Amino acid sequence: MRPRGERRPPWLLVVPGAIGALFLALPLAGLLSAAPWGHLGELLARPASLAALRLSLVTATAATAFSFVVGVPLAWLLARAPFRGRGLVRALVTLPLVLPPVVGGVALLLAFGRRGLVGQYLFEWTGLSLPFTTAGVIVAETFVAMPFLVVTVEGALRSMDRRLEDAAATLGASRLLVLRRVTLPAIAPSLVAGAVLTWARALGEFGATITFAGNFPGRTQTMPLAVYVALETDLDGAIALSLVLLVVSVTVLVLLRDRWLGGGATA
Amino acid sequence: MHRLLLTSAMAAGAVLLAGCGTGSTTTVAASASTGLSGTLEVFAAASLKESFTRLGNEFHAAHPGVSVVFSFGPSNGLALQITQGAPADVFAAASPDTMQTVVQAGDASAPRTFATNVLEVATPPDDPAGVTSTTDLAKPGVKVAVCQARVPCGAATAQLFAKNGLTVHPVTYEVDVKAVLTKIQLGEVDAGLVYQTDVHAAGSKVHGIPIPAGDNVSTTYPIAALTTSPDKAAAEAFVAYVLSPAGTAALTDSGFTAP
Repeated sequence: MRPRGERRPPWLLVVPGAIGALFLALPLAGLLSAAPWGHLGELLARPASLAALRLSLVTATAATAFSFVVGVPLAWLLARAPFRGRGLVRALVTLPLVLPPVVGGVALLLAFGRRGLVGQYLFEWTGLSLPFTTAGVIVAETFVAMPFLVVTVEGALRSMDRRLEDAAATLGASRLLVLRRVTLPAIAPSLVAGAVLTWARALGEFGATITFAGNFPGRTQTMPLAVYVALETDLDGAIALSLVLLVVSVTVLVLLRDRWLGGGATA
Repeated sequence: MHRLLLTSAMAAGAVLLAGCGTGSTTTVAASASTGLSGTLEVFAAASLKESFTRLGNEFHAAHPGVSVVFSFGPSNGLALQITQGAPADVFAAASPDTMQTVVQAGDASAPRTFATNVLEVATPPDDPAGVTSTTDLAKPGVKVAVCQARVPCGAATAQLFAKNGLTVHPVTYEVDVKAVLTKIQLGEVDAGLVYQTDVHAAGSKVHGIPIPAGDNVSTTYPIAALTTSPDKAAAEAFVAYVLSPAGTAALTDSGFTAP
């Protein structure tokens, strides 16, 4: 019997499948065909573009770092610690993945705004208020992007071979040593993949950011906000910025596929 | 044709979906057909949400065969959607400049001014920073939200600051006037510049501080039936209704000034 993969695929699937692929590819073709290639460098070198680019890189990286610090322990707890309400916590973690980001932004305002549940005390005691600050951008991006890290790392922890950890523990390694020398190295590819996905999602964050952190050039106006604001009057500038985001996204996908996920896994 | 089918499908009963926030859509469905019929898509500036929703209901009462569907949002965003081929029948903008981009693209001709609006300072009801005039907006420590410069309310705000020699450092440039209003209602900013009509519509949720006429700037609202409209007659009828005494009454009730 011939392997299934070598059979000619049925037209019934090829036609809608090809339409599906075209549907996803055409908007990119539109973006590329409308790109102002001639003065792309000049458009991107504008101070406003550079400020947005710099802010995006800084905030996405900070959001990823923050996600790492609290998200990896959370993933470990969800994967390994059988506590009451774990299912509920897991559902909460995945909620930002499906929640419209604008709703997330409103929720963040109601929690961390200066009249929010927690934010009012923060403001009362320290005079600090997160909305309209770069820290607010990081909060919004973390809220939306951290689930990618938690879900990826939790999956890896659940599917890894626990016997390695058991063996190390039997041989007298402390829990911390097991974590550092066995567990973390074993899930390293997922840590990297999760972090890259988180970073990419944070970089593209729009709805929660504009709602919670507002729009101020250099302080809270990240690349996607700059694209949106430029779109209406400066289409070329918006396309130039979009291209940068597109290149970053493609780079992330290529890195994830070839570098860390064992190359061509789907070929 | 499709539009007519849609109308008949919706004819079972009049539905009123009152959305909130920017870019929301309000639908007034038809129940019978006399004279004009079909579905009319009206793209209107965010600041027109309350008055046009009312006008839509009144227009529908006068022409039961016509359903009016609104898309409210920042004028320049709507203008972009129209010039990129969005299926709209009527466009009502918050500034002549935005209307001009649609006229230049050949999508509208002969726009007519139907209302004017002026800016007003709005604060949360408890006025946490003690703002009493536009001058207070320039004080250090006062958090101010304004519209971004590319939308009509942002352009008017910049003009107001220039006219009064004020140097204000806003904390945010929001995408449209309703977004500014939201930040004020939530108390995240101490004050913001919105239209007089927005303060009117927000009722007790914000505290309005009118700006003396001599210091204030006004913006005019043009309306036009779009050349691409498949239902020119209904589109023109809606424009005529907005310009009629009944339309003017609805607009002045919302705080607009007749042109």
